[in-house]
Amino acid sequence: MNYISIKNNQTILLSDIPESNYEWFYDMNLDLVSGHTERHCVNYFGYKVGNNIKLICCIADDSTHEILVSTCLVHKAHALESFSKQLLCFEKFEREIHENFGINYIDHPWLKPVRYAFNRDDKSLTMDNYPFYSIDSEELHEVGVGPIHAGIIEPGHFRFICNGEQILHLEIQLGYQHRGIEQLFIDKKKLVERATLAEDIAGDTVVGHSTTFAHVWESLCGFEATNELEFLRTLALELERIAVHVGDLSAACTDIAYQLGSSVFGRLRTPIINFLQEWCGNRLSKGLIRPAQNKFPFTPALAERLKMILDIFEPDFNEMSEKLFTLSSTLSRFERTGLVSNEDAISIGAVGMAARMTNLNRDIRSSHPFSLYADLDHKPIIKRHGDVYSRVQIRRREVEQSLRYIRKLISEVPVQTSKVEILNTPKPNSFCISLVEGWRGEICHCALTDKEGDLMLYKIKDPSFHNWLALALAVRNNEISDFPICNKSFNLSYSGHDL
Amino acid sequence: MFDNIKILFHQGKQFIPDPTTVQIPGIFRGRPVISTEKVNKKELSDLCPTNAISVHPVSINLGKCTFCGECALRFPTKITFSKDYKLATNNLERLIIKEGEDKPIEVNPDLVRSEIHRILGRSLKLRQISAGGDNSYEMELNATNNVQFDMSRYGIDFVASPRHADGIVITGPITQNMAKAVEICYDATPDPKIIVLVGTDAISGGIFAGSQAIDRSFFSNHHVDLYIPGNPAHPLTIINGLLDLTRKHTEK
Repeated sequence: MNYISIKNNQTILLSDIPESNYEWFYDMNLDLVSGHTERHCVNYFGYKVGNNIKLICCIADDSTHEILVSTCLVHKAHALESFSKQLLCFEKFEREIHENFGINYIDHPWLKPVRYAFNRDDKSLTMDNYPFYSIDSEELHEVGVGPIHAGIIEPGHFRFICNGEQILHLEIQLGYQHRGIEQLFIDKKKLVERATLAEDIAGDTVVGHSTTFAHVWESLCGFEATNELEFLRTLALELERIAVHVGDLSAACTDIAYQLGSSVFGRLRTPIINFLQEWCGNRLSKGLIRPAQNKFPFTPALAERLKMILDIFEPDFNEMSEKLFTLSSTLSRFERTGLVSNEDAISIGAVGMAARMTNLNRDIRSSHPFSLYADLDHKPIIKRHGDVYSRVQIRRREVEQSLRYIRKLISEVPVQTSKVEILNTPKPNSFCISLVEGWRGEICHCALTDKEGDLMLYKIKDPSFHNWLALALAVRNNEISDFPICNKSFNLSYSGHDL
Repeated sequence: MFDNIKILFHQGKQFIPDPTTVQIPGIFRGRPVISTEKVNKKELSDLCPTNAISVHPVSINLGKCTFCGECALRFPTKITFSKDYKLATNNLERLIIKEGEDKPIEVNPDLVRSEIHRILGRSLKLRQISAGGDNSYEMELNATNNVQFDMSRYGIDFVASPRHADGIVITGPITQNMAKAVEICYDATPDPKIIVLVGTDAISGGIFAGSQAIDRSFFSNHHVDLYIPGNPAHPLTIINGLLDLTRKHTEK
């Protein structure tokens, strides 16, 4: 076995990751994932070492709570056999490696650009000449939407191939939001700059990404976060989950033209994000989470205030969701719309809600516990149908679950010291991986340091990186008018994908 | 039927009666106030993630500020962030808050183009373009039209097509990959048209300033009519900024 098993948030020496030749690397990683639904690839990326490219593959094993890391050195001139030919879940990762370093795959089924990164290998490929799949037919027509959409949302281009009103195929072109974040993590040397960058990866998952960054940084510096810090992160993560889920329920109601649900859920999001602002001065919790620092102590007065807000929120939320989930007109729009099968979810490596809606148990809070989730004894919410109904149901149940967690957390607030801990410099020649379950799903950050202990590579993976393909599959054989509700029920991130 | 009425009744009154005067509860980082106290200036300016703090004299550029509050936390007697959420202006100079200065940020009516005043009046239909915005700006722009903030009561709306719009609202630093689409959308908007920038990233590039993946050449060719700072901008900041722009010029 040529891999090393590590735990979530563990830092190891780069030299501790066993290196093998590509054949071994290929067989071993495919063997690990193939036929094992409890294992999936959480990150697979490359970086330049001289003229060669070093590949690092991280497979999470949910049953043993370990992450299996292996590495391999390859050269650009040699075309490789692709993992994706055997297992589709590696598809995006290999495309990214191809785009960034020009490594060719002899049998990759879909070797297209991912995000047109500014430092891509082949600059002749541009947003304008994306090679869309097309079908030559008299009967079929294509519909192009975006990058600018009708609503106030992020940019992305959707190309539908339709038979009348029915969608046969959807291809999603992303990259419009590419701001070069991974490179900026290396270029900007101050911790406060990097923490700010982490918050700006995806503005709807501020707590998720900044917590992941904090975990990576603390682990690299050999600092063990206090209970007090982890309390803040757990609490903020659950508040963020409630806020976004409630907002998504509102948007789902909007997309099926259910005005009452749209307005009521829309206004129910406000007290939660306003509470975040009362706590840390920002409605989307920017500035709240920092490595080794409690910037905004959670005072007993805040705990009391939050309890009061939840006491008012909960009955209103329950009343509205009870109505939404018993109304035949709304259910008939949710049920059997935008289906993704369990087999497809496994095949594409779906994570987070997009996995749990199809009876695939993937939730980092229980499989690779971090912060205080081990104490909360988290049980993931699982649904079976894989349709819009399952996705909105998960949101309802997760809001209820988060409310219970928050009530439990604030019943025993740890003593707040707001002390700024002094961090050592990061360990040199090291590798660290951190997984966090944000509201959307699994967030994975990997960091590599050089011999001075400076960041050499910072690799970010938002759950959307896996799940965009799930949306493309979900809309097949649906009417094109159902695209908005399918899209919103996934609510995937453009900026988190494009970086 | 009765269920629906019950639900409606339970929501109570949600709308903010007057978004121009309402107080924000808890802590909020709005317009900073800088005292004239002597501090270690180097240490102060080093704290800032986006180089928004200058030292001669000590000032904060709200076009660059991410409102993280790091400076106020370390130097609480030097810098305080007030709860004043009216931060929008059409004059970049006004975004620079100097020490010893405590006056409201406003739209300068003399700088508002007269054709806006003549043709657009008090109502605005705007087309939003996200060009590298991280979705926090987009969420707050959406919030301006929820039942609480309800900006459309003033006749200010977001529309689906640039053809229907009086101007564009840009969020994000403008990425290379989005630069062309921004230009096309702007060209598709009929004249006269305004440009509004929402958020630190749009105004200065924010934390992304200097990234090789962004392309801000759009701003060298086009005049910006309103800057709305924030990270993200609060809905009240957005509403008051747009109201200031439409009202101030009608008073001329």
